[in-house]
Amino acid sequence: MTSLKWLAALPFIAILGGTAFFNSVEPLVLGLPLILAWLVLWVLLTAAIMAFIFFNDPANAERAESDRR
Amino acid sequence: MNSALIIIFLTAALALVLGLVARSGKEMTLEQWTVGGRGFGGILVFLLQAGEIYTTFTFLGGSGWAYGKGAQTYYILAYGCLAYILSYWLLPPVWRYARQERIVSQSHFVARKYDSPLLGVLVAAVGVVALIPYLVLQFKGLGIIVSVASYGAISSTAAIWIGAAIITAYVMVSGVRGSAWTSTVKDLMILAVVVFLGIYLPLHYYGGYGDMFRAIDAAKPGFLALKPSGDGGLIWFQSSALLSALGFYMWPHAFGAVFTAKAEHIFRRNAIILPLYQLILLFVFFCGFAAILKTPGLTGPDIDLSLFKLSINTFDPWFVGVIGAAGVLTALVPGSIILVAASTLCANDVLRGLRPETREETVAWTARGLVPIVALVAIFFTLQGGKTIVALLLMGYSFVTQFFPAIVCSLMRNNPLTKAGAFAGIAVGVATVVAVTLSHSTIATLAPFLPKPIQEINVGFLALILNVIVAAIVSAGARAATIASAERA
Repeated sequence: MTSLKWLAALPFIAILGGTAFFNSVEPLVLGLPLILAWLVLWVLLTAAIMAFIFFNDPANAERAESDRR
Repeated sequence: MNSALIIIFLTAALALVLGLVARSGKEMTLEQWTVGGRGFGGILVFLLQAGEIYTTFTFLGGSGWAYGKGAQTYYILAYGCLAYILSYWLLPPVWRYARQERIVSQSHFVARKYDSPLLGVLVAAVGVVALIPYLVLQFKGLGIIVSVASYGAISSTAAIWIGAAIITAYVMVSGVRGSAWTSTVKDLMILAVVVFLGIYLPLHYYGGYGDMFRAIDAAKPGFLALKPSGDGGLIWFQSSALLSALGFYMWPHAFGAVFTAKAEHIFRRNAIILPLYQLILLFVFFCGFAAILKTPGLTGPDIDLSLFKLSINTFDPWFVGVIGAAGVLTALVPGSIILVAASTLCANDVLRGLRPETREETVAWTARGLVPIVALVAIFFTLQGGKTIVALLLMGYSFVTQFFPAIVCSLMRNNPLTKAGAFAGIAVGVATVVAVTLSHSTIATLAPFLPKPIQEINVGFLALILNVIVAAIVSAGARAATIASAERA
């Protein structure tokens, strides 16, 4: 878990830093300006990363056990 | 009376009834009134957590900024996403401590953590000051929506008074329960309306998203991407997104919503779904973008009107009424949550902080008695007029973000800050924001000698950095003094 949680730093790097490299309108991606498409992509990836962290987090496994009891 | 107005009135009446019924035979102790007895499950907590996303701020402000400022509006999408990541680790320890110590508000939390009622009073006072512009923003939005959607039949001033009366009534009776119940109606309605508009308007007027964005790009080159430098450019985007992400859960009402949960895993699970939920913002942006070429000419604070102006040109009055009704809920529900938070802060934290012997029941009825007073103050500022919705929110964010260092440090096993340090840091940070706001400074005007990129950083950051430096120095000093006096003894 300790190493997995660093995955959560990726959206910060991509959204705050990476935006500088995708700051243009063309090419449109699925009809969206490139910069907006980049941000939307990272919103989706953030959800995926948080789900991954959630299911590998021992804190949540403990809960599942206590629910069963 | 037109059909739009009838629909808006019915919805407002429904909100009032739901809000009043929400009490459902519960005895309204302070803990019930402010944190729903700490018994809310996943969905209600989710809606309260998400409440921030669908306020008039996003509905009108998000589309208004897309219309008036273009790419700058993307920062709203960015900061929410980052804030939810932080929530995964930030909220569970806050919730645990709050439940153990029976804490009902943010400043209560800080006062207990630092064992300093005076610090609690400071946090409460700053919190209330930051909440007022947030409430003003909701009322302002409410006024705009009703006056435009009623085709001018009801003035925005009248709408503000009626709306404020409704939430004051149900907040006094049901507290946060009223807000949670009306939230469910609000979210369903706004979801449907925004997704429909965000799909229909671009397709109807431009034939598709790609065509719409190409047309805008041709008419206003560079509008859809961030400027590489300058006011509202890339650095502004980065610093504002980060500042707002840090401040997101520092709002007294957002922090308070955490206490309503009945279990801590709720926050971790919600951290997965909330980023997806806020993609609805995209559709809000589309509405604002669609309006650029179709209802040109709105400037200054009027950019907040763009979504409604375009809707009126596009739809029959009854549908404008449906949009208006959804809009009214986006103002009423967050407005009511803010009212609960602000009144609790005044009663529980300022009053009890200054007079610790005050009894629980006295605090409970003082909190409810303060509701109409807080509402009146907000109405007063709303009618003064002025800034756009997003500008108001950014100012409030600069205030509440000043709590971030003290609260995060207090969650650590060994808190690096002392109460004197936390107090001094927050005081300096807030004073900086006030000074900067009143003098309309930017980093560029304050320090023209700094390199250009640094000058474009959101000025709230300057306050945050000063806050951390002062807090660290004062804490170190206070520790040294304690050690010195211990050695002497």
